[in-house]
This record gives sequence, C-alpha cells and structure tokens, in this order.
Amino acid sequence: MPNMSLKKNEMPVQQANVRNKNFSEVALGYTEEQALDEAERCLNCKNMPCRSGCPVSIDIPAFIAKVREKDYEGAYEIIAESSSLPAVCGRVCPQETQCESKCVRGIKGEPVGIGRLERFVADWHNAHSTEPPKAPAKNGHKCAVIGAGPSGLTCAGDLAKMGYDVTVFEALHLAGGVLVYGIPEFRLPKSIVQREVDNLKALGVKVETNVVIGRTISIDELFEQGYEAIFIGSGAGLPRFMNIPGENLKGVYSANEFLTRVNLMKAYKENSDTPIKKNTNVAVVGGGNVAMDAARCAKRLGAENVYIVYRRGEEEMPARNEEIEHAKEEGIIFKTLNNPVEILGNEHKFVTGMKCVEMELGEPDQSGRRRPIEKPDSEFVLDVDCVVMSIGTSPNPLIRNTTAGLETNRHGCFVADENGATSLKGVFAGGDAVTGAATVILAMGAGKTAAKAMDEYIKSKQM
Amino acid sequence: MYKIVRKQVLNPTVTLMEVDAPLVAKKAEPGQFIILRPDENGERIPLTVADFDREKGTVTIIFQIVGATTEKLNHLNEGEFIHDFVGPLGVPSHTEGLKKVAVVGGGVGCAIAYPIAKKLHNLGCEVHSVVGFRNKDLVILEEEFRANSSLMKIMTDDGSYGTKGLVTDALKELIDAGNNYDEVIAIGPLVMMKFVCKLTKEYDIKTVVSMNPIMIDGTGMCGGCRLTVGGETKFACVDGPDFDGHLVDFDEAMERGTMYKEFEQRKREETCNLFKNA
Repeated sequence: MPNMSLKKNEMPVQQANVRNKNFSEVALGYTEEQALDEAERCLNCKNMPCRSGCPVSIDIPAFIAKVREKDYEGAYEIIAESSSLPAVCGRVCPQETQCESKCVRGIKGEPVGIGRLERFVADWHNAHSTEPPKAPAKNGHKCAVIGAGPSGLTCAGDLAKMGYDVTVFEALHLAGGVLVYGIPEFRLPKSIVQREVDNLKALGVKVETNVVIGRTISIDELFEQGYEAIFIGSGAGLPRFMNIPGENLKGVYSANEFLTRVNLMKAYKENSDTPIKKNTNVAVVGGGNVAMDAARCAKRLGAENVYIVYRRGEEEMPARNEEIEHAKEEGIIFKTLNNPVEILGNEHKFVTGMKCVEMELGEPDQSGRRRPIEKPDSEFVLDVDCVVMSIGTSPNPLIRNTTAGLETNRHGCFVADENGATSLKGVFAGGDAVTGAATVILAMGAGKTAAKAMDEYIKSKQM
Repeated sequence: MYKIVRKQVLNPTVTLMEVDAPLVAKKAEPGQFIILRPDENGERIPLTVADFDREKGTVTIIFQIVGATTEKLNHLNEGEFIHDFVGPLGVPSHTEGLKKVAVVGGGVGCAIAYPIAKKLHNLGCEVHSVVGFRNKDLVILEEEFRANSSLMKIMTDDGSYGTKGLVTDALKELIDAGNNYDEVIAIGPLVMMKFVCKLTKEYDIKTVVSMNPIMIDGTGMCGGCRLTVGGETKFACVDGPDFDGHLVDFDEAMERGTMYKEFEQRKREETCNLFKNA
C-alpha cells in the first residue's frame, strides 16, 4: 500500500541562522528511513509522466522501485544509465519544473521528492561503493570536448562509455566549469564534483586543464591532431552590466567574478591568496539562481545586510522557489520592483550607495512576464558598500573569432540543430554556449544528445 | 606543472623566468599574456609574455615582486615547477604596416615593450626606444632594446644613469626633432602611459597602450578586468590588453588597480614572514 501522505518528507537542513555563517552544505540529505518513506509515495505509474519531464530521461519509477527494495546500488545503476552526474543533479536540478511537475501525486498534494531521492541514492553510492567504474574497451576513435562543465563532462562520459578516446580541454586550472566556479560549496560541495570528474577519468577520459581552445589550440588544429568529432561546451561567457553610471567603482562585481573569487579561488578561507572585499551592506542586482548564490555567499562572508534588488516582482523571478526560500530564511532582504539607476562612490572611488527607482508592473512583454515600468518621483538611495551585478552573460568570443565557418546567432551563441550539430562538419555544441545562460541539467541533456550524434557522425564516416 | 628552466634576477625587485610551456610557446605573440598560479592554493595572476622560444618550447616572463603571489613565485628556483600556466591570452599586438615607431617602456613595463620592439625591428620597421627607470639599479633589458632599436634613449628619475628626466621628456624631444612616427607604443605604469598619451594627443600621433588590470580567469568569464575605453566597457582579457591610449580612461583604471592594496600588502608581509621562519 503506497504512502498516501500529501506532503513530501521534508529535507533536513542546517538551521538558517547557523548556516548563514558557514559554507558547509545547507541541505543534509534524507536518512534511509526518510528515503524509504518517500519512495513509498511513488505510485509507479505505467505511463511515467515524470520521466518525460527529465531532460536526460532517467527511468524514475524504476529507480524509486529499487529504493523501496533497499537495493540502493541497483537504483544508482538505473540513474547512471541516463545521468553522468547523479549527485550533482540531485542537488541542483530544478525538479519542481521538470520531473516533479509531472508527478501525479502533485495534482492533489506535493509530488514525490524525486530530486531528494536521487540525491539519497547518489550519496549512498558514493559512500558505499569503492570500485571506480571500469574503462570500456576503446574503439580507436578520438573525440575532443571543449569545456569541463556540465555539458562537456556529460558528453565526455557518454562518449567514453561508447569506447571513444575522449580528451576534455578546460581553460581553468580545475575541471567542473560552473559547478566549481559558480555554484557555491554550501549548495554543491566541491568534493562531489571532484568525485564525478574522477569517475570520468576512471572511464578513460583525459582532462587537460589550462588549455584555452581558440588561443592555446584552435578547432582546426584539433582536427589536425586526429580528433574526429569535437563538442563545444564553453559556457555562458562574459558578464553583462547595466551600463549605468558608477559600475566601474571599486566594490562593484559581476556575479561571475564575485562567485569565482569565493568558490573557485576559495576567498572565504583565511589562507586564500585571492582577495575579496569585506562588505557590510551588499546589493545583488538580479533575480536568478546566480543572484541567490551571490547573495547567500555575501551573507556568509559576514555582510550585515544583503539585498536582492530586482526590477520585477517575486512572482517573475527566474530563481527556483527553493533558492528564494533558503535565501529569505538566511536573512536576505528582497527589494523587488526596484531598479538601480546609478551607483554612488566616495572620493576614493569605493561604492557608498546605489540609487534606485521603484517600479510597477504593466502589460506582459515578449517573455510573457509583466513589464516593469518606472514609478515617477520614486528615487531613493540604498546604503551599500558593494554591488554584485547578476543580470546575465553574453557568449565568449574566443572560439567564434578563431574558427572560420562556425555559425553564431545575433547574440553570438553557436547555432546548433536539435542534435547539437553546428554549421561545421564534425563540430557539435551544447549548453549555455548555444542556449545562453540556462540550467545544469539542460546543459547535461545537450551534452548527452550531442554524444549520440557524434557517435552516429563518426560511424557514418566509416561506411 | 610547468618547469622553470632558467631564473635570472634582473634587479632587486624584478625577476626573469623561462618556463617550459610548449603549447603556449607555440602560439605566443608579443602583446599577449599568460595566467599563472605558483602553487595549489595560489592566486591566479596575469603576466605579459616577455619572450618565447618556439623550438625550445619555453616562454619567458619578467615580473616585479609586489604582492604575496609574486613573492611566492620569486621563491621558486630553476628546476622547480609553477603549478598552473595558461595562455597565450589576449589579442597580439598589431604590428602590420608600421614603418616607424617609438616604443616607450617604463620600469617592468619594458619587459612587455621589448618583444614588441624586437618583432617590429625584425619586420624591418624603424624602432626608436625610450625606456625609463627610477634609478640605475632598476635598469633592465638595456642590451636587448639596444639590439633592436635604431635609436635608444635611457631615462632615470634621479639621473643616476642615462639622462635625468621622464620618458615623456625624451619622447617630446624626438618628436620635436622631426621624427614622424606612425605609432607610439607605450607600456609601463598607468601614470606614465597616461602622460605619454596626453603628449601624443597634442601631436595627434596614434598611441597604443598595454593594460594590465586585475584579472581572475583571463579568458572572458569574470569581467574583473573591465576598463572604460572611448566611453564603452571593454574587457582587457579578450578585447585587449592593447587599446587606443587616447580613448582609455586612465584615472578610472588607476583607481580600480588599488582595490586590494591593503590586502596585498598584508598578504605580502605574511608571506615574507613565512619564508623568514622557514
């Protein structure tokens, strides 16, 4: 008899007023009892609506059935058939708009906690399995993957499993992409990312850090070196700014810079050589997950007041509800329907405040969200000594500018078809480099699709 | 890991290192830079390529010891390794079509100016070099510049070597003497580049400067290296580091450069003490 509780088992978390002072993981994960109880809520629907909501089509009812049988390793194997990064996805996927949004239990009550179960299974596996995955027999063909972020790692993993000799080229000194420079430790411990990367290496994937494709090596040279197909997963690129006065004052960061200093360079640790400004009052401009991450990092670095400044309402925020709730619990102050117009500084050019105007919502715009309109005479100054701009990115020009014949759209994103194929033969692309800033799981889905297409492409050449 | 194959102390605060980095050496061009981390917990810092040897597979960097990271780097010796070394980054200096150029270098900036002078000289361009230092003890790359210039002026602030005065004094003299330069290339402290640009603006001579702002990734991700050039925000790592000097907002760049001054000083002291106690 299934568990007919309308509510999901709650995720145990660190207390808000404790966790907002440390960088340890916020969510602690289900206990075995909680996982078993939650697994009983799954009705094991024949038509599997949840699976259709998963960008990598994990056989969700099957893995949950294994959890019910306490065969956690079996559950892991089912997830691993579709996902190369289960412990990552169990933490950072927006399940509420994907698998869980399709769950029948969600019609009356809360859907099954699929993400939480996925995390439980992945963590169980990581804690109990000692055997690294075995490298499959090589098929004698070489593929290159550019960028060791979610799309690149997924693509590399899938290709390696098919027997390809895969090399991943990473510009930074560490593999993981946004998983290591962007998403903070308290949401995704870096040891988990490292473990996933180590697993890929065990599959035979080579990871070359400190190589910037487009500078150190060009795409054309990769072909000359015998790579038969290339996947570009170079990520979202350059930060956008608002082009308002004062944006180059000291104390104004892009979210990318702020998060990279904190996460990749570990500026929150006393012994780090990478500096970050100590701030008392911080405004983070933007309403996405990245903005929430930046705000929560700022709080943990010791800021007294941290504001999210967003020009639309909370309803319109692109961030996940869970992130918004966590941020609020930790004391982040939401200033929605406010838009910055100028950043103010002192005589030494350090930030002293941010001039904002109040907004109201008008008719829906192209995105379907109600357009914010400035309220007359509503100007006010927010007392801040640091501003983090988290308003999106525009694609990195390096590969585009150094690869003839590689088509991009008017935003500068690579043009790729539904299989990830670009305008250049043998070159595939996916993730934020194609879509603009999106989610980890969508990037993984693109990496997965491209791996399949690269396999077909290489096989078709042999015929 | 990248092996230091040669280390040479150029003056008490400036060190040269030739580093085994074949992939970087293969592509490096004057004007480009690398990013390095001395050790596993180190900071990423950008340093401009001072020279390269494609056959040997080495890249030469010349750095001034200013903070904890350069202090740590300076403590590495020949045969030891730099943890990370990535590049070449940035757009190479533009050298095509130049017939007569004044290369102006200031202090450790000469390390960046030198490979450009060398390349221009090798391309058959007439190179006049004007290099300035605070005093005689700090002079670097004198012979190298001399070998690649048809005219060379050395300036020191205190007159202990060459001519007493600023590089702008020498440059003005050369221009006034009737030298028609296609371009002036100025590389050195921001304040020097600012005043070179002020001078050449009066004479309407195109001037290129090499900017070296605070950076983290160096590949177009963090935006920390942004500058205002001609009223627009530019990223030194992917749009530069060379820019039209007459359009650069130097005052803003100078302010931005001081953002972590206190931290840098404290960290450097800590690092020095660490080495003392070791």
